[in-house]
Amino acid sequence: MDLKKPAVAFSPEDLKRRRGRAKVMAWCLVGLIILFFITTLVRLGGAM
Amino acid sequence: MTIEQTDFSNQTLALGGQGTSGDYFKLLKPRVMSLVIFTAIVGLVTAPGHIHPWMGFITILCIAIGAGAAGALNMWYEADIDAVMKRTSKRPIPSGAILPGEALGFGLTLAVASVLMLELFVNWQSAALLAFTIFFYVVVYTMGLKRWTAQNIVIGGAAGAFPPMISWAAVNGGIDLGSISLFLLIFMWTPPHFWALALFSESDYEKAGIPMLPNVAGRPETRKQILIYSILTIPAVALPCLTGTAGMLYAVGAGLLTAWFLKCAIDVYRLAEGPLNNKACKALFKFSIYWLFAVFALILIERIAHLPTFAAVF
Repeated sequence: MDLKKPAVAFSPEDLKRRRGRAKVMAWCLVGLIILFFITTLVRLGGAM
Repeated sequence: MTIEQTDFSNQTLALGGQGTSGDYFKLLKPRVMSLVIFTAIVGLVTAPGHIHPWMGFITILCIAIGAGAAGALNMWYEADIDAVMKRTSKRPIPSGAILPGEALGFGLTLAVASVLMLELFVNWQSAALLAFTIFFYVVVYTMGLKRWTAQNIVIGGAAGAFPPMISWAAVNGGIDLGSISLFLLIFMWTPPHFWALALFSESDYEKAGIPMLPNVAGRPETRKQILIYSILTIPAVALPCLTGTAGMLYAVGAGLLTAWFLKCAIDVYRLAEGPLNNKACKALFKFSIYWLFAVFALILIERIAHLPTFAAVF
């Protein structure tokens, strides 16, 4: 298989949309990390 | 072996990945979600007991994500009828922005994540209620009742009534008359609200083959049922006062709002078929949205302002 050639070529518009989705997903992950961190602190609050 | 490049416009459509993040957001039914968030906040603030503000925020977030997941799964299953109906034909799946499989994966991921987060961070009772609500909306209502019976709205309306019970359970881990009274407010409001919509979108539902009351039992019967359920909202509105959930401000405000709600329902019932009746249906539909927000807002204001509530009778 020729791995250098992509199986599917995306149009510039598709790539733009994909970048947009990737950014939103990245921000969601960052938000989730902060959420879990603060929740852990709150739950451990009484024990610390 | 070389994989040949094909016309990418068709290929990308087949593979998906065309939707923007905005399209995915639309899958969550943000309008419905706003109502769910609001009623859940009222349940959280009204419930007797204490919850850490951060945990309260997590609860509302999980309920919002769960409601969004149910909306996405609903759109996945109903893509065929959404495509036929004018009101829903521009939704992300019928418009081709998102593939059904993508919506299914998105909805399932969010559903599992919201229930797990609520269970891990808050309590199992609220998580169990959230899981049941998603199941009820997607499986019982969307896959079962909606295409099967004209009473779909009556029973399916329960799914939309659960959010304040979930947040209530997040505070004190239980279900009591107070949370049931909030449930009943939404439950009794649902049939007049959706049947009023069905009366002026009748042809849309008929085209999609959905057995809504107007195209199964006829318009006169639907108008009668709207009036009956509107009258039944009166005891539902009184219940929060009897369970010690609401006070004088709510009693007066909700009383006046319900009187106007009833007036709109009577107009729908008595006005002869035609443009005037259609206008009355639109007026009832529009006012019913304000009614629900206002009634819950009154309970919220009472709690925030620390106004006294009536003594519980039950």
